[in-house]
Amino acid sequence: MSEESPLGALVLGFLGISLLSVGGGVAVLPEMQRLVVETHGWMDALGFAKRFALAQAAPGPNIMVVGLIGWHVAGALGMFAAMLAMCGPTSLLAYGVARMRQRLAGRRGLRVAERGLVPIAVGLIAASGVLLAVGTAEGAALPWLALGVTLGSALFVWRSRRSPLWVLGVGGVMGALFLR
Amino acid sequence: MSPPAGPPGLLPLGLAYLRIGLTGFGGVNAWARQLLVEEKGWLTEQDYAETLGVAQVLPGPNALNCAIGVGARFHGAAGAAVCGLALFAGPMALLMGIAALYDAYGDLPWVRAVLTGIAAAAAGMVLGTAVKMAQKLRPGLPLLLVGLGALGMALARVPLPAVVLGLAPFGLLAAWWGLRR
Repeated sequence: MSEESPLGALVLGFLGISLLSVGGGVAVLPEMQRLVVETHGWMDALGFAKRFALAQAAPGPNIMVVGLIGWHVAGALGMFAAMLAMCGPTSLLAYGVARMRQRLAGRRGLRVAERGLVPIAVGLIAASGVLLAVGTAEGAALPWLALGVTLGSALFVWRSRRSPLWVLGVGGVMGALFLR
Repeated sequence: MSPPAGPPGLLPLGLAYLRIGLTGFGGVNAWARQLLVEEKGWLTEQDYAETLGVAQVLPGPNALNCAIGVGARFHGAAGAAVCGLALFAGPMALLMGIAALYDAYGDLPWVRAVLTGIAAAAAGMVLGTAVKMAQKLRPGLPLLLVGLGALGMALARVPLPAVVLGLAPFGLLAAWWGLRR
């Protein structure tokens, strides 16, 4: 598979990202945006943010956004190829670790790894939020209103224990009313 | 909360993950805990927390790593495969429908407007989640700097390998120092 074919670039790109995706799918959104929007120009930043939003609104793991990107680049085959590239190798690693759990350094080593790596993931997740917000606002008819929706939604998710689905619903209504 | 029940068979385990995948709105980890620990009693609270902890430290989607850990714990390779595939079966089928609908109607003006609003809200959701996580961590100054470093580097568009590999040693060192004794 040559690197010029979009399918090859898709698979190679997500393979590379997956191996460094400590902290899960949302933490590597900035890198995905670079791959999809900047490096290959498969879509603009708003298209990227919309697909992430669709994946959030649908049930299932956050990582499903990778499937939507794959679909856009190379159809159903692209969807499965991208998901497999993102999840296959790391699954084998997770299985290997699960099998040799007793031989690992034990709880202390694990706690150090968790405590030391999770702040990096949180910083990356915050950056994902900022990049998604900017990408959306730049493409929206009323950028300041879009940023307002983002800010309100951030406050709601931070302070309230209600389901985040409320936020997506309100965002959709605001969009229908004002963002035409 | 019920006491830990006997180990689940392969089929109930697969069905449980099928359900987790299809009900897990906005990230599946909370739903998985609810079903596996509280409803079924297959894992204790601590078992689940440890499995999730390993899943978060490893690269890859946390929910999937966690499913593999749970599956392997009860049924080895077969369990890992069944749980991982069951987690994605429902969402993948739905996603194909969503993608097809997006292709067909995504450019209609009102669909564009609604999706832009949802995208703005989803961005806020991610930000709010990050704030919540940071609050829960209560990091000391060194770990706070590591987190802010990751934020700043990612916004400056520093490539991911440089961010992760550059900051991990500092994060691990700070954590090791903080957890000493």
